[in-house]
Amino acid sequence: MIIDKWLISKDSLEKLFNVLKKDSKKIYAPVGRNGKISFRETDRFGEIDTGYIQTAQSSKEVVFPRTEKILDYNKNKDGVSVKGFDPGSIPEVVLWGVRPCDAMGIWKLSAIFNWDFKDEIFNTRLSRVTVVGFSCARADEYCFCTSAGGGPGNTEGSDILLTQLGENGDYLAEILTEKGSAIVTIASELFRENTVLNKEQFLADVPVRFDREELRVKLEKIFESGCWTKQSLRCLGCGACAYVCPTCACFDIQDEAHGGSGMRVRCWDSCGFSLFTLHTSGHNPREVQSQRWRQRIMHKFSYMPDRLSVYGCTGCGRCSRACPADMNMLEHLISIQEAEA
Amino acid sequence: MTDNIYMPFPMKIEKVIFEAPGVKTFRLKFMNEDDGNKFNFKAGQFGEYSVYGAGESTFCIASSPTRKGYIECTFRQTGKVTNALSDCEEGSVIGFRGPYGNIFPIDEWKDRNLLFIAGGIALPPMRCVIWNVLDLRENFRDVTIIYGARSVKDLVYKHELEEWKERRDIQLITTVDPGGESPDWKGEIGFVPTIVEKIAPSSKDTIAIVCGPPVMIKYTFPVLARLGFADDDIYTTLENRMKCGFGKCGRCNVGKYYVCKDGPVFTLAQLKDLPDEY
Repeated sequence: MIIDKWLISKDSLEKLFNVLKKDSKKIYAPVGRNGKISFRETDRFGEIDTGYIQTAQSSKEVVFPRTEKILDYNKNKDGVSVKGFDPGSIPEVVLWGVRPCDAMGIWKLSAIFNWDFKDEIFNTRLSRVTVVGFSCARADEYCFCTSAGGGPGNTEGSDILLTQLGENGDYLAEILTEKGSAIVTIASELFRENTVLNKEQFLADVPVRFDREELRVKLEKIFESGCWTKQSLRCLGCGACAYVCPTCACFDIQDEAHGGSGMRVRCWDSCGFSLFTLHTSGHNPREVQSQRWRQRIMHKFSYMPDRLSVYGCTGCGRCSRACPADMNMLEHLISIQEAEA
Repeated sequence: MTDNIYMPFPMKIEKVIFEAPGVKTFRLKFMNEDDGNKFNFKAGQFGEYSVYGAGESTFCIASSPTRKGYIECTFRQTGKVTNALSDCEEGSVIGFRGPYGNIFPIDEWKDRNLLFIAGGIALPPMRCVIWNVLDLRENFRDVTIIYGARSVKDLVYKHELEEWKERRDIQLITTVDPGGESPDWKGEIGFVPTIVEKIAPSSKDTIAIVCGPPVMIKYTFPVLARLGFADDDIYTTLENRMKCGFGKCGRCNVGKYYVCKDGPVFTLAQLKDLPDEY
């Protein structure tokens, strides 16, 4: 990893944005609309809001779209002609204003999409994204990144990480990858020598609430515990937690037909849905919501670390914020530590 | 063009065989000769079969890897995709991607006796192994097949059952559930586990391969245990709903094991370590 630290003034951010725009990259950034901040394509620096604590949706859509075409088909009198996904159609993108939790989430997705079979669609998107991360100066009671292996100034997943040095201050720019260096190269006049030694004092305070290694060990012993039913009694099985999650990657494959032609798409799905595992015979290995809730927790905190060596959670807290039944992930993870086998 | 792992091979339906009510077998040939030449699989593996516009469905490859140049699949018409498949005629083109999953370790079974126990529509995954074994018959000792279905008309691969019946190097026992027999039925009458108990095949140097509906499997394992079969010598294949077939879509796992990658073939010893999630 390259670590190169520079300073960029608060006023130069807009210039940097414009340089990237001129470099003919699509820029996705947090933009507020209808009271919600989410990542949207924008070419106006003025509408970007990087002061947020958390966006409603994570930035995963940029590398793993909600619905993505796998192939096109066209039935004709000679049979059927099929055209696979075209990597040329995937643009170079800058993901601007991403929090460290979302940046880390992208790398967790990568572990899933590269487990044995390499997913070229995902990898092509990933190779064309430059992540400009922004550290967190504020956090709320839902945030638990420090318990999930991240932190408010965590660099993992960002190509450049910007940390504002105090309210209205300039930014420390940590250049972390080749893609990050490329940005400094095309806008070198905006970066100046850095004298700041420590960014920690400018970061949000996010106390560690549980030990994830201990949790992982505990989970191996409590598959049959009554805690799953107790915790999930309120769960509606709506799947909102999975849709806002930066690391949830479970998907469905469906055909969308329009007469004799159409496309095959890969689209987000959720282990919280009752139909997710339903066999054609009517048998369902995860018949009740408690089994589906257990799958969600086990997958993220036991199976993924076991099989992929990464945890499936970044501690962004979106699932707790989005839950219509007010199920709080952090509270449940803490209470699992106390659960009886 | 990159390596799109979701891209199916175009396959031509060379032959359609009517097996039982709602059950058909397709013989599929690679449209591109090059795909066919490069294609390799082993007994136990599965694939995703698709009809464009309807979607993909998961089944095993039912033909033996010793039979080159084509693959076969047998399916029951039950859902959207299998209905669309069923509507396809000889000459139509469908999609196939695979092979996925692990294999039956046939190479390790050399000089052992083999006992195949199958129920209903679960004969197809086993048929692949049976033909593989029969094509290398000299490598194995006694081969016994116990196959049952709800009724006579539900037995699949009827012609092959005839052929196996005629062969002197296989012992074939067919059975139908009580009430499922026809007036001229000459096989056994009774549920598969009952017939296994009655025939009482020896467990000495024997590998048992069991495929069938969950209820059949549930009652057959204890019978095999009583006959002295070790958990390591009993094999089965699991089915769980799948979309991708290669460990990404997230629905076929049983605990931390993925049926699509760690399975579908498991020994009873392995199954006993899995949580009850299949």
